[in-house]
Parts: sequence; structure tokens; C-alpha cells
Amino acid sequence: MSQTRFTEDHEWIKTEGDGPATVGITPYAAEQLGDVVFVELPEVGKSFKKGDEIAVVESVKAASEIYAPVSGKVVEVNGALEDAPGKVNEDAHGAGWFFKLEVADASELDALMDEAAYQKHVD
Amino acid sequence: MTDQPLLRTPLYDLHVELGGKMVPFAGYEMPVQFEGIMAEHNHTREGAGLFDVSHMGQARVTGEAGALEALITADLSELEPGTQKYTLLLNDEGGIMDDLMVSRPDEDGFFVVVNAATKGADFAHMRDRFGRRAELIELNDRALLALQGPKAGAVMEALCPDAAKLVFMEAGRFTLNGADVFVSRSGYTGEDGFEISIPNHQAEEIARLLLDDERVKPIGLGARDSLRLEAGLCLYGHDMDETTTPIEASLTWAVAKSRRASADFPGARKILKQIEDGASRKRVGFKLKDKAPAREGAEIAHDGTVVGVATSGGFAPTAGAPIGMGYVPAELAKPGTEIELIVRGKARPAEIVKMPVVAHRFYRG
Repeated sequence: MSQTRFTEDHEWIKTEGDGPATVGITPYAAEQLGDVVFVELPEVGKSFKKGDEIAVVESVKAASEIYAPVSGKVVEVNGALEDAPGKVNEDAHGAGWFFKLEVADASELDALMDEAAYQKHVD
Repeated sequence: MTDQPLLRTPLYDLHVELGGKMVPFAGYEMPVQFEGIMAEHNHTREGAGLFDVSHMGQARVTGEAGALEALITADLSELEPGTQKYTLLLNDEGGIMDDLMVSRPDEDGFFVVVNAATKGADFAHMRDRFGRRAELIELNDRALLALQGPKAGAVMEALCPDAAKLVFMEAGRFTLNGADVFVSRSGYTGEDGFEISIPNHQAEEIARLLLDDERVKPIGLGARDSLRLEAGLCLYGHDMDETTTPIEASLTWAVAKSRRASADFPGARKILKQIEDGASRKRVGFKLKDKAPAREGAEIAHDGTVVGVATSGGFAPTAGAPIGMGYVPAELAKPGTEIELIVRGKARPAEIVKMPVVAHRFYRG
């Protein structure tokens, strides 16, 4: 069963059973950033603590840091963003995903917002 | 500074109505983008973009031409009525206080346009140095619009055919939709286009008239920056400031030949020596070899040693690559020189390139 949680910094994290969690930014965040021209992704195999700077999104205008939504180890990154960073704007929730994390402590997920709470957060 | 309330241009309500995302810039609330920086950038390169640059400082200077000439690098005796020049306002050490446009749209003295962030200091300096020889009249009652792009000429032709006859770096005074306007054929994008000075109360009506033309779209400050960067044009306070001479800033061409001969501009001794011997550092353009943009403040390295700093940088939509400008030692300023830009601790390969990165397409008749 999959579930998607959200952070106050406009990231989504989707878990499917015990598998790795997929992380990206929300369409709202992509819209705010404008045209994404580069995403600096973390190294596969590296571990991060919740709140660590884990990636950087560069739009035409500025660079924005992305923080690890939960603690965990990076097991895969979306290499397609290297040639097509615009996927973040076109499909932030799908093809524009950033990386997959092996979640260290599943209870950290519970502290994040569900979709209804996130909607309230951006409204 | 930060506690000062932000100022608004006469087009503020129009920007909001058009969906502009308003941000503070040089003390004003200005639109950074409308539909998106990339789309606006591309539209300006293909059609015509309308920019509100009313935050810039406009003034008339009357009296002895020599009073103004003494502070800048242009030869004003070469400035015929109906023409315009790009020039530099220098401090006594030859440092750049501002870059500005000076024109003679009519017979009533000079019309100058200076940067928003420096206008207070510029005008105070000019008044101080003019004494009784010349008078500076600030035109706070005027807005300034820029219409830029390959279709700007055709758009102007429909509204003010006389102004459409100007060629690059010409200027004149016209009646446009009943308004008394100063128009110059110039801009800050590398494209053909116009800058139009309009009485405040008529600015919104003329902006709407221009936007009624389906070739014209509103453009924000974001695309203004990416366009000027591709055109190799300096942003004052970033790519040059009071610690930079015209020679270091690679703006030697803006120091008139006749002024070099008479050596009567501020800091002439230092600047003429730099023209003779070369400056130790130069402003250059660079292009990154991969996709990560290097922005203002990124260190420039050569063979693993930091040799300079980027003063502007970002993704260039028309060039399709991250580009920038910065200062490097003169011996590394040659196009083709391999350098690295340090972005978040990583050395990213780049090379020095000739500017402009995107060729200018001015209308020269």
C-alpha cells in the first residue's frame, strides 16, 4: 500500500510497503521556482539525517536547497533529470522525482503532513 | 534602507492585473516575472517584450555641456541632437559610479537615464560638481518603458511612425497617443528596440496600447537579467562598481578617443596608464560545460587555484547553457582559456568566451 506525505518545505515522499521511499518536490514548489534548469542530486549510497541539505534545484532565477524529509540512505537518483530538468515543472509528482531513500526510521514519516494537511499549508 | 517603504511605478496596478509576481528591487516593488522567465526571455528574442523600467532615474541637464562632460567618459561635442551614447560616470579615482545613457532628444540640453539603485548618489554628485555651470532637473514625473525584440520596430511603426525611423543609438522627442515622449532606439537585451519616456499619468494607457498588439507581451526583471547577460551587458553594482575602472570592466570602448587625448576625465592618469600597459584584471564572459549554473559570487579557478570571482551568472535560455561574467587576471582573459567555476564546493569545467554570447541584433537602418 502506498502513501504520500509532505513537508513544510514542499517536498513529497511516497512509500510503498517496505520498499524505498521516492522523494520529489510538489507541483506548488515547482510552480514557485519557475523553469528548472538543473538539479544537483545526492550520491547513491550516502546517508542523510532528516533536515540535511540533500539536493539543490536551480531555476533560471535562483538556487534552492532541498532538505532530507526523513533520515535515510540514498539508493537511487533520477538520472533522467540530468538531460531533462524540465520534467520537474511538467510532472513534479511523477517523472520529475529526485531520489529514492531507504528510510532509517519509519516513525519520522508519521510526523509529516498528509495530503489534506499539506493542501491547508499551501492555501 | 530595509525599513523604507517600497516605491511603486505608475504601472504597478497593471503589473498586478497581468499576474506579475512582485518583488522588491532597488527600493521598488517590481514584477520579476509574468508567465515565466524562460517564456518571457524567448518571447523577447522572437517577438516583442514590454518592460517597465520606470524605477530608473531620468533627468535633464541644461547649461554648459562641459560641466557634465567633466564627470563622464563621452565626448559630448560628438553628441548631435537626435543621438544617444552609452557612457560612464567616474569617481575621482577613475572608479565607475554608474553607467548611463545620455542623449539629446531635442535642443533643450541632455537627457540622462541612470540606474535605479544609484540615482540618488549620481544626481547628488552631478549637482555638487556642476555648481552654477549646469542644472540637473530630475524627471520624477516620467515613467520609462522598454519595448525590445525583433518585432519592436513594426509595433512602433503602427503607433508612432516617426519614432520607428530612428536607428540604433538615435533619440528624439515625439507625440505618441497624445503624449510628449522621448524615444531612443536602444535597450538592454541585445535586440532591436526602444526606450520610451512617458509622463506618469499617460504611462499606463500607452503600456496598454502596446500590449493590445498581439506581438507584445509583458516581461519581468528575471528575463531582463537573462537577456542582458546573454548580450554581455553589465549590471551595475555586480559586474562593476566604484572599485572597478572602465579598462578592468572591459569597457575601454566607452572612453572616447578625444577624451583620451585631452586626458580630462576623472582618474584619467590611472585609466590612460591602464590603456597603455593593460589592467591586471579583466571582466570576461564564461560558459559552463555542464548544466549546473554558477551564480554571482562563485569562485573562478584555473589549474586548481582560485583566480577570480563570478559577478553575474545563470542559465542562458537562448544559448542553452549556463553562462556568466566575472573578473580574472588579464593573462587568463583570452577566449578559449579553460577555467573552473566552484559551485557548492565542486569545480565545474568552463571556458572563457567572447561576449556577447548571443549576437546583438540592433537596427542600424
